[in-house]
Amino acid sequence: MSNNESLRIVLAGNPNCGKSSLFNKLTGLNQKITNVPGTTIENREGKLKSNNTSIRIIDTPGTYSINPKSLDEEEAVKVFFEKSRPDTILYIADASNLKRNLFYFSQLAQKGVPMILVLNMLDVATYRGFEIDSERLEKELGIRVFKINAREGTGVDAVKNALSQEQFVPHYKFDEENNDSHEIHYEKINNLLQKTTKRKTQRELATSKIDKIATHPILGYLLFLSVLFLIFQGVFMLAEYPMTWIESGFSIASEFLSEILPDGWFKKLIINGLIAGIAGVVVFVPQIAILFFFMSLLEDTGYMARVSFIMDKMLRGLGLSGKSVVPLLSGAACAIPAIMSTRNIENWKDRLITIMVTPLMSCSARLPVYTLLISMAIPSTMVLGFINLQALVLLAMYVLGTVAALVAAVVFKWIIKHDIPSYFIVELPIYHPPRWRNIWMTCWQKSLSFVTEAGKVILIVSIVLWFLASYGPKPNTTLSIQESVNLEESYAGHFGKAIEPTIRPIGFNWKIGIALVTSFAAREVFVGTMSTIYSIGDTENFEQIREKMNKDKLPNGEPVYSLAVVLSLMIFYAFAMQCMSTLAVVYKETKSWKWPTIQFAYMTILAYGCSWIVFNLFS
Amino acid sequence: MHKRLTLAQLHIGQLARIQQVLDGPFKEKLLEMGCVPGVLIKPLFKAPLGDPIAYNLEEYTLSIRKSEARQIIVKPLDILFKDEQ
Repeated sequence: MSNNESLRIVLAGNPNCGKSSLFNKLTGLNQKITNVPGTTIENREGKLKSNNTSIRIIDTPGTYSINPKSLDEEEAVKVFFEKSRPDTILYIADASNLKRNLFYFSQLAQKGVPMILVLNMLDVATYRGFEIDSERLEKELGIRVFKINAREGTGVDAVKNALSQEQFVPHYKFDEENNDSHEIHYEKINNLLQKTTKRKTQRELATSKIDKIATHPILGYLLFLSVLFLIFQGVFMLAEYPMTWIESGFSIASEFLSEILPDGWFKKLIINGLIAGIAGVVVFVPQIAILFFFMSLLEDTGYMARVSFIMDKMLRGLGLSGKSVVPLLSGAACAIPAIMSTRNIENWKDRLITIMVTPLMSCSARLPVYTLLISMAIPSTMVLGFINLQALVLLAMYVLGTVAALVAAVVFKWIIKHDIPSYFIVELPIYHPPRWRNIWMTCWQKSLSFVTEAGKVILIVSIVLWFLASYGPKPNTTLSIQESVNLEESYAGHFGKAIEPTIRPIGFNWKIGIALVTSFAAREVFVGTMSTIYSIGDTENFEQIREKMNKDKLPNGEPVYSLAVVLSLMIFYAFAMQCMSTLAVVYKETKSWKWPTIQFAYMTILAYGCSWIVFNLFS
Repeated sequence: MHKRLTLAQLHIGQLARIQQVLDGPFKEKLLEMGCVPGVLIKPLFKAPLGDPIAYNLEEYTLSIRKSEARQIIVKPLDILFKDEQ
């Protein structure tokens, strides 16, 4: 342990005890970025740099016991069973709820690894009338005990200094025998707490007052709906400004580049392939960031647990559980982290159904598609004097996705056979003001990983597409390439024409066909594809894709993008499984190709069928 | 002898002491969460559809479905303490 280079410290504790806050305080920005919103569901690593030493800190998902009940808990306790055990366990306990917090502690203490106990949330404990004698606790346990306020950062420096200077002894009081009885563990904790803590007064927390509203039969649901509405509004109203700035920034950039670059293929690649592709990604970062912001805000304040609580019975009837709320709502941001967040659902069937239906929730990648299509076909008139019709249609798309997800869940409930009963034994944590630092951190990391991950795909797709749409086979030959001015004669054009017969019944032409195929890489590629397709052979004109698409006419003079086609296209994007990354994650999470295959098949059939109905109804 | 009462049968605000957790798929999880014999428990409020129910378990709030609450045998206290006001 003298070698500080390899010192490895694991943070452990119950959920909601402030582990992640402490982790952020200890490591600052020296952390590896993971891909999951809100609560920690994967072990993550960071570095503590202090006093010329560098210590590896590992943050684990919160868990109540060393015997895991779900996949995230499995991940959390994994580090204690590996061959190279951690050098020290930094155990964080919520001081206002010490008894249950010390249960997992008492189990870890039997592992014989040196431990430090950190008491957090002392302000809440004091408010509730608890007095904790930490010096006595140190003596009784035989280990170092620190008092911190992870939110404000007080006491964290002492922990930092201790970690880089001191050596810690294993914990001796609990590890005499290897008894696994819960009752004996709790008995020992009771004895310990009797010596070290006192409760002077009892005071009601604001939490119980808030819960009277949050879990009220009528007000509870109203509050939840208002919260959803607020998020929805926020995503659209707030994101509008940065999105306009980004759009105009990119069009200035491409105008500038078109002036300075010499004419030729390189100029076309840069402007129609690269810039159009990057713009397509970056433009909806604001919406994603805002969505992630609200999601982590709800989790961080403790409200999400109440939503699970009030939704459990309803969702149970549909084959889901209260715990499915988080993945389903996160699905509105992105299905990938949403599916990963199902790891805390203990029951396999509940979890599988949640995974299977989450991609039907309209994710943020569908947003630019909806936005573009709605602006083409739906007039911006006011309904009832104050509701914008375009916003209403957009809201309808979200409702449609949610309803489809719930219906699909019922169907899967009948199909999937599983006997182990599910349960809902969940802590309702006390409400606390948001920890802005954690929330900003999550927001920043998510947006960054979105831009880099989706960005890579979109960039490659748009460059390849640009090539395929700009070049084509020379007539009457198969091998030689020529630069085609006409999209129809390009490789992409030939391909689109080839698949046109299959999509004709739902109202799509060959140009849309190209976009459908490229959208399989990621849905948001649709907009980029459309802008590439419609800007081929046109470097002078920087008008919006929307105007270019609206100008596209059928031979009889009717617009290509009629109401029926646009609605059919919107339905198709709402239901179809057009995301390789999601399928890859479903494979990873279910460990079988069976489920992603079923998911792809059922969503595609659903999309095709519903688009066909809508197209025929409106044309 | 009075008949055995389960946690699911308590009315809101009725303080009781946990006597036993019945064997079953939820037993281990319930014990880990602190539902051990001897502990005081009190129903706080129900979810809008009557299930699950939130309980005050010593220092924190635990939510359990009725089906799980039926696994916990309790003895109501005759004197109702005014816990947490």
